[in-house]
Formats: sequence, structure tokens, C-alpha cells
Amino acid sequence: MSKVKVARKSTRIDMTAMSDVTVLLLTFFMLTSTFVKKEPVQVTTPGSVSEIKIPETNILSILIDPKGKVFMSMDKQGDMVETLTKMGKDYGLTFTSEELKKFKVLSTFGVPIKNMKAYLAMKAEEQDKVLASLGIPSDSIDNQFKDWVKNARATNPDFRIAIKADQNTPYKVIKNVMASLQDLRENRYNLITSLKNETANKK
Amino acid sequence: MAEIQSNEGGGKKKKGGSKQKKLSVHIDFTPMVDMNMLLITFFMLCTSLSKPQTMEINMPSNDKKITEQDRDKVKASEAITLVLTGGDSIFYYSGLPNYKDFNSLKISSYKSDGIRAFLLKRNTQAVYKINDLKEKKMQLKITQEQFTKQVSEIKNGKGTPVVIIKASDRATYRNLIDALDEMQICNIGKYVIDKITPGETFLIKNFRTKGELSRNAVK
Repeated sequence: MSKVKVARKSTRIDMTAMSDVTVLLLTFFMLTSTFVKKEPVQVTTPGSVSEIKIPETNILSILIDPKGKVFMSMDKQGDMVETLTKMGKDYGLTFTSEELKKFKVLSTFGVPIKNMKAYLAMKAEEQDKVLASLGIPSDSIDNQFKDWVKNARATNPDFRIAIKADQNTPYKVIKNVMASLQDLRENRYNLITSLKNETANKK
Repeated sequence: MAEIQSNEGGGKKKKGGSKQKKLSVHIDFTPMVDMNMLLITFFMLCTSLSKPQTMEINMPSNDKKITEQDRDKVKASEAITLVLTGGDSIFYYSGLPNYKDFNSLKISSYKSDGIRAFLLKRNTQAVYKINDLKEKKMQLKITQEQFTKQVSEIKNGKGTPVVIIKASDRATYRNLIDALDEMQICNIGKYVIDKITPGETFLIKNFRTKGELSRNAVK
């Protein structure tokens, strides 16, 4: 019997193709996705059949949590600084360049204006802890929210307002916010929703 | 892993030792793949792929300068008022409110056999027309632009109902969105969000007590 010579096969796998695939996937993810913004409160948006996508830039988003706290965020840092300066003027406060610099990098803000200085002096981790319990006052006695929107509009006339509210927020709060916007003659705005599958809902 | 590879590499080098010029240009891509996978995982976890959906609404201006004459008047026969209340219930009445008869107010739900059925019935003509158009668009008989133009024409045409959405303080934001959604599903072009009036609160109370309030008022 002749010995069958088993050919010694190399166990090396060519990773080039794999690498190609991963690079492709990576490129896809980098180009299509947007970074998740850090939000102080967890908000579940209600489902809707609407399929309009929100524009990417020039957004002033208003975040409303189930308890009715209002937060705001803007996507342009330059506008944020200018808005805060204008707010400071309205409320008789001047912010140092250090404070403005710190404000610029905030992803979401929502602090009563008189607490703003103390808030900006805090460290980032402390800010995160405190922020969820604050929020911009938006009731009829002390409507700072209205002033924020007014000053933001004065800074950037092109931005669109997007309201992102939790599905269990009482209408009372929404009504308040909408009334403030109406007073400012901001009659067009977007309500952010998540996609609802209509067929699944029909059951 | 790395050790085995270096051994193999060594073996090759020995073989090629006699012919020095034949150098293998085999690059190991495994670390590259590792790194890419890591990056992909990072991107998948830290970014959101889908942009959130949005609803565009136009609120009426509450400018005090607008006189009564400038305001659009709604025909009573075309008006439907929805009152959203707590507990996911929804009240509706057509035309003018009838304070005497508690049965003029109907209770409904957000389910497909609730308020949707009623609105679709009221808006049958427009719904048929739009379904026709949708079919035409599917068969590529009309372009997207024509489609949107004609749809908006139908939605704002004569005879289509005008829906007034009023939410009480106990309604949630989801109720409002659901109601707005129904407008889209039922192809209603004219709708407005309004503040609830004491009249509506009275109607609901009257309905809940089965007309007790209106009877008391008569006495």
C-alpha cells in the first residue's frame, strides 16, 4: 500500500476580502448615521404615520419630559453663544468669555437664567446630574422659555422649531408651550414622532 | 496566532533563501479587520441611523389685529369637533354644539373602528378620489408632483369636513399626535388645534351624567 500523502494545507485565511467588507460597512455607517445627542431626560416619542423627515440643520429643538420640564438645544454653537448673550442682556447678566465657552459645548440646556452662572461653573458630570431636575421655567408667571425662543429667533432667523415631547406628557404642558410659541408668532413647527407601523396597529 | 504566522513566515523565508529576490508580499489583514469591526460596533452603538419622523403643523395666528371679517368661517355642516380627554377617550360632535341634548355628543376611541370610521365616512368623496390617484401613481400614469398637487386640491376642496381638535388638560401628548394622525389617514386637509371652551367641558359633563346638567339648567 502506498502511503497517501496528505497535502499540507496552510490554514491561513485571506483576510483581504473581509477587510474590504468591513471598510465598506464602516463607510456606510459613518456617512448615513448621526450621533445620538445626549439628552437629560428619557423621552419616548409617540408613534405616527407621518413620513416626513426632519431637516438636518438649523433646528431649535424643544424637549419636553413627562413631568413638563422644558429643555432646549440648538445645533449651531455660534448661535448658542449669541443667544445666551442676548438672554443675559434681557435679564441683566453678563457672561464672561469662559462661561460662554462652556455654554457653547453643552448639548442641551435647560436652566433658569439666574442659576445659569452657577450651573456653568460646575463640572460636566455634576451638570448632568443637576440638569434633569431643572428645566426652563415656562409658566405664565415666569416665562423664560418664551424669551429663549425670542432671542434664538433674533439670532438666527432661519431655524425651524422642533418639539420633542414624551407621549405621556399631559396636554396642559404642551398647550403652554404652544401658546408661548403662538405669542411669538411662531406658527409653523415640527412635532417629532417615531414611525408607527399602521398595519401592525390595526389588529 | 501571531506566533504561528511568524513561524510560517519563517519557513517561507528559508525556502526563498536560495532565491533571494522572491519576497512574499502577503500582508496579514486580520488586525485591520479587528480594528474595523471595533469601529463598526462603535458606530452602531453610538449613532442613530434613522432620522426621527416629524409632523409639520401650522397653528393659527392669535394676532389681535386680525378682525372678525378676516377670519375664515367654517360652515356648521362641515365642522366636526373632536374633544380629546383623559383615559384615551375622544368625544366628537358635528356642527354646532347642542347643549340641550346630551346625545349630540358621541364617545369614541382611537381604534380603527372608532373615530377613524366616522371621519372616513364623512370624507368618503375625498378618500375615493385620493385612492384613485394613488393607483394612478402606482401605475406611473402621473408624476409625484402632479400627485401631491392634486391631493392637496382634493383635500382642500369643497365639501370636505373641517376638523377642530380640542384637547382637555387631562389628555396626553400622544392623544394629540394620534388625533393628528387620524387627519392624515382620513385625508382631511383642513384641521385646526384649538383651545377647549367651557361649552365643551359642560357637554362632556352633561354626557357623563346623562343629561343631568341640562335638565337642571332648564329647571
